[in-house]
Amino acid sequence: MSLPLIEVQGVSKKFCRSLKRSIWYGLRDLGGEVLGRGSDRSTLRRDEFWAVRDTAFELYPGETLGLIGPNGAGKTTLLRILHGLITPDEGRVTVRGRMQALIALGAGFSPVLTGRENIYVNAAILGIPRRDVDSRLDEIVDFAGIPDFIDSPVQNYSSGMTVRLGFAVAAHLEPDILLVDEVLAVGDEGFQVKCLNKIGELKASGTAIVLVSHNTHTVSTYCDRVLVKSAREHELFTDIAAGVRAYKRLVHPGLDGDIEKHCSAAPGIEFMQVDIPRTEMGLGEEFRLRLYYRATTACEDVEIDIALRVAGEAGWHYQATNRTFGKRVDLPAGEGWLDITVHDLRVVHTDGQFAVAVWRRDRSELLFWWRIPVRFTAALRCSGANLYPTTFRTHLSSSEQVSDAGHVASR
Amino acid sequence: MRSRSVESLPTATFTPASQVRSPVSLVTSMLADLVASRELAWRLAVRDISAQYRQSILGVLWAFMPSLLSALLFIVLHQKNVVNIPDVGMAYPLFVLVGTTLWQIFAEAVAAPLRVVTGASAILAKVSFPREALILSALYQTLFGFFVKAVLLAGVLLYFGTMLKPQSMLALVTILLLIWLGIVIGLALTPVGMLVADVSQIITLGLQLGFFLTPVVYPAPESFPYSMLATWNPVSPYLLSSRTLLVQGTVEHMTPMVVVTVCLLGSSFLTWLLYRVSMPIIIERISA
Repeated sequence: MSLPLIEVQGVSKKFCRSLKRSIWYGLRDLGGEVLGRGSDRSTLRRDEFWAVRDTAFELYPGETLGLIGPNGAGKTTLLRILHGLITPDEGRVTVRGRMQALIALGAGFSPVLTGRENIYVNAAILGIPRRDVDSRLDEIVDFAGIPDFIDSPVQNYSSGMTVRLGFAVAAHLEPDILLVDEVLAVGDEGFQVKCLNKIGELKASGTAIVLVSHNTHTVSTYCDRVLVKSAREHELFTDIAAGVRAYKRLVHPGLDGDIEKHCSAAPGIEFMQVDIPRTEMGLGEEFRLRLYYRATTACEDVEIDIALRVAGEAGWHYQATNRTFGKRVDLPAGEGWLDITVHDLRVVHTDGQFAVAVWRRDRSELLFWWRIPVRFTAALRCSGANLYPTTFRTHLSSSEQVSDAGHVASR
Repeated sequence: MRSRSVESLPTATFTPASQVRSPVSLVTSMLADLVASRELAWRLAVRDISAQYRQSILGVLWAFMPSLLSALLFIVLHQKNVVNIPDVGMAYPLFVLVGTTLWQIFAEAVAAPLRVVTGASAILAKVSFPREALILSALYQTLFGFFVKAVLLAGVLLYFGTMLKPQSMLALVTILLLIWLGIVIGLALTPVGMLVADVSQIITLGLQLGFFLTPVVYPAPESFPYSMLATWNPVSPYLLSSRTLLVQGTVEHMTPMVVVTVCLLGSSFLTWLLYRVSMPIIIERISA
């Protein structure tokens, strides 16, 4: 086995919450660094906290590590340590080869200079020699896809256009290590496809990639491993799906297994338990759900929102509220339950998700919602997602007799 | 897959240990980065200069205005005998115009490093590029300012009918040393100036005071203790010599100049080292 391109061993980094104290610590660290004192970097001073704690991983050529976690989990800090912009307070980082970061696209752009002039500035910051830019200028301008604006000052650009131009410059590098931080969040769909294609291309050619993204689909597509990071802990997953689930648990703390739950802390009413007798349904069967609640004050005229999403279909397969059926629902004070039944389901052999939401009168407040994964088991010889009663009749013009197709079959 | 093996790739290691603990690799990387930063420094200087002029109506006039106005003020004050200035050995307007222009060159050199590095804080926090490029860019921008002001100096000398002597060319060396001194002073203040905003105020204030504490609009005093303004103020030897070289072709204060130059060379390296090792610490504190 060859050497890894990135080796991270027990890396920690602390930050300070208070600005004044942060400046003071900075001045002291500065003194310590100049005097060559190995100050006590591994103990927390007042108002400090660990942004990155004891992180370790290795990344070999052609591998991609996804770095996911909620905001403020220290993902960007970790990237900046890898990039060598800041030094770790503990541990050791070893990187081999040329590193490039798709982080600050359009770094160093001057707002009053034109796009074309800024290409040279940006390229110089990324370490691309002038002759390389000269020979690729047309290609870069083409790739940016903003021909009408290339000679206008960059201050007239939209944020998406600025990022496009920055990416066009950066895309012509062939680094050994690529760090990507949320660049896909800006830019339109066409740009995102370009970005992802570039990442795929580099991965195939042996670049090691660290990808920070909130898009779990992107992470699942490109990553070989994911590091799920929160402010307090982190865990490395080789099973991407497990990693993504762990991430979702971090982002939605109420998540329990595969059921997504949300109970608002609305005063006066509390939903205690939900009974779902069956989450697997055959053709023509019903979906039943019992909601136990405890109310100190009556909730009158609530709105119950039911929706069904089915794998492979865009949008809702079915969505209605009690009002759709002209039905008023009151939840009287005390303990009780509410039964909801959706009848005669005709979805064929696929997965789906029921969403149930309870709103206060006139949708003034969301009291409760759950999303429950369900499975439809009817395996009939029918390739669509749903099965609806359809009649087949044949008609012979020579006779007056009309028959159902089923009966005709006996002929 | 690439044909290059991982073993042959350049390796970088980041640890908490102070960089000055491994002086050999520190100095090697400083020199390597200085060489690598030339093109970027040039680009950044061109960017800043063209952006500056493109957004300005008076443009190049701003390079002359401060020194010209303060010179005019002193010429008028002197003419009306409001201020009493002893004989300066040349026409007073010539003396003052050359003096304020030289001071302006120095003042811009002092302010340049902190201005350029602060202006680059966004990219410093996000991109790893040779940090020396910013110092070089500050130097290039100051030199550009000097070339523009050289036109003013030439015009002034021509107007007063000064005949340049061959040894006047030496003024180029003393002016470059004056710029060098300014850059080193500015660079020494940059690391702390990135952290606390007070430093840029101190620089502004210091330059205002320094204008009067340096024999710019008056001749070097000869009686103690005021003579220290000429001998202990590191700016004085370069400024005074540049002026006399330009106008009269003679050098003043040779000994202080040699002393200052020796100190300057030594402190240049230390200042660079300070800037270099402080960068990661500063970046950690300035960016969100």
